[in-house]
Amino acid sequence: MTWRVLRGPERAVLSFASMRLLNPASSFLRRPVASLLRLPVQKRSFADSAPLTPPVPETGAEAGSGDSSNSKQASFRSSLNEAELAKFSAIAETWWDSQGPFKPLHLMNPTRVSFIRSTLCRHFKKDPSSARPFEGLRIVDVGCGGGIVSEPLARLGATVTGIDAVEKNTNIARIHAASDPLTSSIEYRCTTAEELVKENTKFDAVISLEVIEHVADPLEFCKSLAALTVPNGATIVSTINRSMRSYATAIIAAEYLLNWLPKGTHEWSRFLTPEELVLILERTSVSVQEMAGFVYNPLTGDWTLSDDTSVNFIAFGTKRNE
Amino acid sequence: MLRIAGRRLSVLSWRQTRATSLLLLRNSIHDVVDSKEQDHHGPLKVNLGEDPLSLLKSDEEHGHEEKGGVTKMSKPYDVTIIGGGMVGLALACALSSKPLTKHLNVAIVDPNSALGMRNYYNKNEIPGSRVSTVTPATISFFKDIGAWEHVQQQRHAFFDQMQVWDYTGLGYTRYSAKDVGKEYLGCVVENKVLCNSLLQSLQESDSKKTIIPTKLTSMTFPPKSPFASNARTMDKSRLTDSDESEELIHLKRLAKLELSDGQKIYSKLVVGADGAKSRVREMAGIKTTGWNYAQSGVICTVEHSMENHCAWQRFLPSGPIALLPIGDRFSNIVWTMSSDESNRHKMMSEDDFVKAVNYALDHGYGPHPQSSSLDRFIENLPWVNGPGTLSTRESFQVPPRVINVVSERMAFPLSLMHAHDYASGQVVLVGDAAHAVHPLAGQGVNLGFGDASTLAKVIAEGLSVGADLSDLALLKKYENERKAANIPMMAMLDGFQKAYSVDFGPINLLRAAAFRGAQYIAPLKKSIISYAMGEQKLPLFS
Repeated sequence: MTWRVLRGPERAVLSFASMRLLNPASSFLRRPVASLLRLPVQKRSFADSAPLTPPVPETGAEAGSGDSSNSKQASFRSSLNEAELAKFSAIAETWWDSQGPFKPLHLMNPTRVSFIRSTLCRHFKKDPSSARPFEGLRIVDVGCGGGIVSEPLARLGATVTGIDAVEKNTNIARIHAASDPLTSSIEYRCTTAEELVKENTKFDAVISLEVIEHVADPLEFCKSLAALTVPNGATIVSTINRSMRSYATAIIAAEYLLNWLPKGTHEWSRFLTPEELVLILERTSVSVQEMAGFVYNPLTGDWTLSDDTSVNFIAFGTKRNE
Repeated sequence: MLRIAGRRLSVLSWRQTRATSLLLLRNSIHDVVDSKEQDHHGPLKVNLGEDPLSLLKSDEEHGHEEKGGVTKMSKPYDVTIIGGGMVGLALACALSSKPLTKHLNVAIVDPNSALGMRNYYNKNEIPGSRVSTVTPATISFFKDIGAWEHVQQQRHAFFDQMQVWDYTGLGYTRYSAKDVGKEYLGCVVENKVLCNSLLQSLQESDSKKTIIPTKLTSMTFPPKSPFASNARTMDKSRLTDSDESEELIHLKRLAKLELSDGQKIYSKLVVGADGAKSRVREMAGIKTTGWNYAQSGVICTVEHSMENHCAWQRFLPSGPIALLPIGDRFSNIVWTMSSDESNRHKMMSEDDFVKAVNYALDHGYGPHPQSSSLDRFIENLPWVNGPGTLSTRESFQVPPRVINVVSERMAFPLSLMHAHDYASGQVVLVGDAAHAVHPLAGQGVNLGFGDASTLAKVIAEGLSVGADLSDLALLKKYENERKAANIPMMAMLDGFQKAYSVDFGPINLLRAAAFRGAQYIAPLKKSIISYAMGEQKLPLFS
């Protein structure tokens, strides 16, 4: 249970590690993330953010965030104090600094959103040339982190709910989204997909990016995603492939050659291949319709969609009407 | 230059501001000369990193207007363009012509209230001396944004021939549009016609555009650490739980612009389109590199006894003289010379000036370049002409005589300037604010239109994936793309300038060899034409 996680894009960053030895992200990749350690793995529906949050003075209050719930969140709201806010602010600043440690993630984000845009526009017959094509769509971002995906979806017109099991993340996300009228309507909740299923809420589209590789039981997780999706709705999942290339970049290079990460940080065997993801989703009545890979060009700093799914990839599926 | 006196827009809500601007658009008729090079003389105040809470207070004190007991604030703009010259207007037009960006709330801030004129163009008027040579790339951009049709209804002159030669009589090159399978090489248009056409296109669009006829006096950007302030204001909003404080939170991530009429506006993105002496650039703290050439360009409109359809450029020891057709029997002159000489040419009598021009264009210096037996030998080499017939055999022609100077003569110093950053924080620079070149090849404004086109494209791409308009990563895409296009062109123009500022035997021969190379080697000639037409990034053999 003491494994630490590293998000897909940052893993990919490792693949060009030799060109980016000064990558600031590396400085805190080694930090233990205390708040995660007590989380039951299968409940972990957060994305990527927590492992990469910059060094923050850990406090006792945070240690219990694993068993987060709405009541916990409510208590946060009422007990808002300057010190807490200052701390969240420090984190959020890095999260949202597009030139900072999360730069690779910010660079990758437009590519992920463009895949979501084109697939959802086609599926829900929305005008792709519209500035707000997602108007009228209810979308949940499972494992929203600091809201890097939730905010663009809201700007595209969607009614967005962002959920994350890590309270720090939803707090950061909420503060950031509040400062722009286009994103202030996002509802951030500190909860898990499983908890949300119990409330019997459904969404037109369920999106979970770079999360599934961190959960203990991908099948259970996908069942929850499917249960949150309305019949004939869309489910979009992105993750990292279990390929020789991802092994070479994330395990050999990062842990053994560059010593960026303690040996054993990654459980490469947890990664899913595109075929496995398709089969798992199929068992939860989600038929994968489209799949694409993300490829990074270290020279231009651009991510592009491609057929090459050997490291990072994304799948779009529709829920069967059963 | 006329100003709208006594009109203060400061206390109007954004709707009223817009209505007033439209009124101004309809009513005012003036001449736009040099609206790009607006000069700000107002007090400069830069408040970087001001405490957001004090901002909050000042908003409450000044930024609101009491109207029937209701507090109103002008709606924040998405994009505020400082400078309503050709490039600023082109950006506004481009934004309002794209489906993804037409909903943006755009403001143009320019004290030149003459921006409102329309259909003032008079066919019998003598052409203005400020003209631009627009390339096919610029023309296709103007077509995309719906402005070219308006240019076509006004004076413009296409040219399909271009002759460049050297005063030593050693070399010449004639370019023809036929060489690249095109109908024309470029088009000469008066700057006021370009501005007018862009304005007309802007007025026809159904998008939200506000023209604010005033000057920028100061800019305040959100502090580098927006989160401290957000956390505090969020706290505040929860305590008071009112709409107003929520509105104030939203202002915290915006740039605040104070205008000379006392008005304060907020904007997500500020675009500096305010010319080579850009105040926006200065206020944003963006550094520049550049130098002066100790030379000046003299410009004016001249008349011939017959129509001219060719662009002419002759390299003289003092600098090049260019004769550009501007329609009817008129041509525009851009003549580079030392600053002292330019003053003398500005002051001399019209007759003397006409004589000087004709001397510079034809009679003076060396003989006309001639075809020689060497040339005939070169022509017979099989690899020289390449596929297709080129105008390599076209003989040298004498440019048409000038009979009259019909406009005032203007002189301006030549310099080169390049901004280190095109995007910094929430500020983006376009056109001469980012890069100023001397007008040797008439490329300056084409680079500016390229900026406007690319910035609008990058913004549209960003909005299509839900990006925040003030996202620096997005704006840096614009910077990278434009630097790659602008820097080689600037370096080439600078190199040209340096190569021709020397009168020294061997270098003259080298220049002549270069001319001959350009005249006789088909692929080189083709790529030079394509590059000058704005179609190719680098003059590479293709």
